[in-house]
Amino acid sequence: MKHVLLVLPVLALVAAGVALSATATPPEGTATIALPSDAATAFKPGSGVETARRYCLTCHSAGYIATQPALTSAQWTAEVTKMQRAYGAQIPANAVPTLVQYLVSAYGKQ
Amino acid sequence: MERSRFLLSASGALGWLSLASRAEAQNAILLPFANGERPVAAYPQKRALIVQTTRPPQLETPFALFDDGAFTPNDAFFVRWHLAGIPQSVDASAHRISVTGAVNRELSLSLKDLGSMPAVEVAAVCQCSGNSRGFFQPRVPGGQWGNGAMGNARWTGVRLRDVLARAGLQRNAVQVQFRGLDSPVLVQTPAFKKSLPIDVAQSDDVLVAFVMNGEPMPLLNGFPVRLVVPGWYSTYWVKMLAQITVLDYPDDNFWMKTAYRIPDTPSASVAPGSTGFPTVPISKMDVRSFITNIASGSSIAAGPMTVRGIAFDGGSGVRRVDVSFDGALSWQRAALEVDYGKYSFRRWNAQWNAEPGRYVLAVRATSNDGTVQSAAPIWNPAGYMRNSIENYSVAVS
Repeated sequence: MKHVLLVLPVLALVAAGVALSATATPPEGTATIALPSDAATAFKPGSGVETARRYCLTCHSAGYIATQPALTSAQWTAEVTKMQRAYGAQIPANAVPTLVQYLVSAYGKQ
Repeated sequence: MERSRFLLSASGALGWLSLASRAEAQNAILLPFANGERPVAAYPQKRALIVQTTRPPQLETPFALFDDGAFTPNDAFFVRWHLAGIPQSVDASAHRISVTGAVNRELSLSLKDLGSMPAVEVAAVCQCSGNSRGFFQPRVPGGQWGNGAMGNARWTGVRLRDVLARAGLQRNAVQVQFRGLDSPVLVQTPAFKKSLPIDVAQSDDVLVAFVMNGEPMPLLNGFPVRLVVPGWYSTYWVKMLAQITVLDYPDDNFWMKTAYRIPDTPSASVAPGSTGFPTVPISKMDVRSFITNIASGSSIAAGPMTVRGIAFDGGSGVRRVDVSFDGALSWQRAALEVDYGKYSFRRWNAQWNAEPGRYVLAVRATSNDGTVQSAAPIWNPAGYMRNSIENYSVAVS
């Protein structure tokens, strides 16, 4: 009986998924990796591709755009605006129409 | 030629699993939605994973791997970073975590300091808020994940609560904010910072973890130390944790106030195209379940077989799992396997005498808090929290 009383709280703890006491040693020393270059990913050719390279690749690879579903002009415009306003992308206002036009023709739908 | 055959078969009757094995040789995989072709590549400290994007890297676990066990190996665990400034070399011995803000004593803790505190371990699912976004209909912009932006691990570390107690919380503390070593490319881009309400930060199971499945975590999963928030989406599980700031105000930084918001509606769902609805920060995961040994679109041999899978929720635990072999007309209760705790993947199995024909299998989990997965698809503009009942088309011959 005494045994049962001792064991039960432990079982209850396990069943509840509560963090259990553990022994653990934190890591020491340096971990180093070399991330692959994203040179292999490229934009589809098309009018305005230079504008896309110039302003989009600063912060992310072309795959961020290429993996999207076919977005409408309104959706691509919203994405470009989000990059400017939320993430501070330095896209001048006069480059936006060229950029959106490229994105819609290469990765969008009418 | 080989490649075009691969793509052709993808749209045909061949299943996702068989595609996966074919794709392995081709270094590509086709996720089952439009524009779903992705490279497969091994990143440092990782086995071959689905490359969603390269910079910053987003890597997805091929789904077949979830059939291997309740825990996801470190080298197969999905990877998701927001900002391209990721340190590629981190010295654990020199790493410090600062604790500042509304505290009585500011701290600068080494990992050795953490090692002197009581260690705890919890098995917990880490799932991206946008896991399965590629299946949203209508489609939404964002990372186009299949179902593999999730994993389950044993996380070991110290309680955040104990760290906060060492610093001493001031009475006006309302949230705790976390930042890692990653940084934006542009100074204009908001640094990635996430905050937890003070009661969640002080709960039993939130950890500052430095061990993952018994080993140091891969650098791409946050080496040398990350926050673990069991039951909550992984956006809060800040990697390479370096700064803990106790706030006396609700965090209004971009990543809390604007990003990672969900509709304040049941199931975080709104009518497609809706705008102007009230939102709240995303938090607890909803209940999900998957079949792991049969892929949709696959052909299998007739005869008795075991159907296996996983289920989990946001921390109440899995109460039951039901499987349907007739397109959700009738349900059979599955057997639940070993319980690793309420935050873990729960494996389940069910027996099926598969006779020749075409079937739609489905799986539905019920959590201990009484929530049941629904067949109704959810929709929200950011593509978060998909948890509809999964269906699997299967040909038996």
